[in-house]
Amino acid sequence: MSPARVSGDPDLSPVHTALAAHARRMRRNIIRMTSAAGSGHPGPSFSPVEILAVLYFAEMRVDPHHPDWPERDRFVLSKGHAAPGLYAALYEAGFFSEETMLSLRQLGSPLQGHPHVKTPGVEATSGSLGIGLSQAVGMALGLKRKGNPARVYALVGDGECDEGQIWEAALAGAHFGLGNLVVFIDHNGYQYDGRVSEVMGLAPLGDKWRSFGWRVEEFGGHEFGEICGFLERSRKSPEQPSLAVAHTIKGHGVSFMEGSQEYHARCLTAEEARRALAELEAQG
Amino acid sequence: MTGLATVGRKAVEQREALGNALVRLGEEYPNLMVLSPDVSLSTRANKFKAVFPNRFVGTGISEQNTLGMAAGLSTTGWLPVVVGYAMFVGGKAWEQVRNSIAYPHLNVKIVATHAGINVGADGVTHQAAEDIALMRPIPGMVILAPTDANQVGPVLRAALELQGPVYIRLERAAVPVLTEPDAPISIGGSLLIRPGVDATIVAIGSMVAMGLEAADRLASEGIHPRVISMVSIKPLDEAAIVQAAFETGAIVVAEDHSCYGGLGGAVAEALARLCPTPMEQVAVQDTFAESGPVDELRTKYHLTSQDIAQAVRKAIARRREAN
Repeated sequence: MSPARVSGDPDLSPVHTALAAHARRMRRNIIRMTSAAGSGHPGPSFSPVEILAVLYFAEMRVDPHHPDWPERDRFVLSKGHAAPGLYAALYEAGFFSEETMLSLRQLGSPLQGHPHVKTPGVEATSGSLGIGLSQAVGMALGLKRKGNPARVYALVGDGECDEGQIWEAALAGAHFGLGNLVVFIDHNGYQYDGRVSEVMGLAPLGDKWRSFGWRVEEFGGHEFGEICGFLERSRKSPEQPSLAVAHTIKGHGVSFMEGSQEYHARCLTAEEARRALAELEAQG
Repeated sequence: MTGLATVGRKAVEQREALGNALVRLGEEYPNLMVLSPDVSLSTRANKFKAVFPNRFVGTGISEQNTLGMAAGLSTTGWLPVVVGYAMFVGGKAWEQVRNSIAYPHLNVKIVATHAGINVGADGVTHQAAEDIALMRPIPGMVILAPTDANQVGPVLRAALELQGPVYIRLERAAVPVLTEPDAPISIGGSLLIRPGVDATIVAIGSMVAMGLEAADRLASEGIHPRVISMVSIKPLDEAAIVQAAFETGAIVVAEDHSCYGGLGGAVAEALARLCPTPMEQVAVQDTFAESGPVDELRTKYHLTSQDIAQAVRKAIARRREAN
């Protein structure tokens, strides 16, 4: 797949229209699979859906028929509890069947509660917060030293930035000049115990990463144009890793889930799932 | 179990052999990459750096990130070898070893130097006497302990030939050389250091030489213990343990490690399951050690050849009581 080239009014862009359709289907499937599983993290899976949609359907070079293709781009879900979001993207991209997708968290399923490399298309084992980004840094350095043109993308939670290992990885990414590494912070403002600002303040988050030597942009993480523009500029940064502080809304896309902490770590009731699916259906 | 070899008692530090082995294997394995969390001068990984600067990654004082990076590197065609202190690569970064390396069964090798209290003067914060206990329960993790400097190269080679995570345990103190240079070792195997029939001393690392000294002490009493170096702690050479239990009827496990969960635990589990036999342990008891010269530490914390000899007498007495 070639990178998206977006121009003009986002509302009229056929690329955006297609991405929005992917995003709606992904949200529906996140609800379907967490409801089938009876557990999971729908809220944190919803906030990065537009980012995942752009990565898998307009940016990354991946081939679901050859998941181990050496020159594929890599995606690391460092905030591993958003696994249903990743699985929805991988299903949408054709990495596995609907039956497999709906087997999430069941005994014998390749779809674990948090990502593991045995799932086709999953590049890194994550879920314990803080451990994903270091793996992405290792991949980017390994590809760079092999002269492999593939790029590495990672999604980090805002609360995850409490972890010391994130900042070790931040140092390393800049130190090794990893221009082939692009990170999104899914800045939805909430972590398990409450607001990020109340649990463990991170502000000014962008400045922290800037001071660590990263090329930083900050924008609304549900805006396709912003995401695509950032990715395009990241390609022009050969020796410096790029990071987006993407302001997102937990549960975005379903009215009663938006901004609610209730759906951080519980799936929807049958009635809530019916309402949410109907809402998403009505969106197109 | 493979051949007997006692070629000398010259003491050599295992890390000296490590630096040379990394260079030699670096020539053979073009994808071998060494990661060092700011200890390459001490671990001698700097020898590799000097020859292969583009395959050396200095990662700063960040063991958790180092192990995570090694996991990522291993998925891009590299064969990463992390070289660091046991306390930090095995202790501080334990969760990364488990979740980022072992759980996805990635091909990452961890060379943990400075294991045991024989680190000496640096004291308790640097004395990893719990690392085997930390590594053993991790599914699929292989744990190897070279007997001496000569075995560092062959052990590292065996680890590189295996697909999957391996933890190699090295000690800082100079270890008497007991084995032939480049004698082959096998994963799941052990090394018979001295034959014997009256008891069996099962030891690792520097405690193998202590076991041999203990055997010398006991010979004057007419006691001839077998001495085995358990190079492969996991998978354990259970065949050698069972054979020793049947043939000698008394086992002493000697290790510079806690008495909990290390080689002693591994051997006790095997004996309990396969052939219950009187067994004694020479190990660090339920205590932190302290700073001090290595010999004095070993004396105070009961890791000497006298301690092993006494444990052998005790195990033999228990066998007689049982009979």
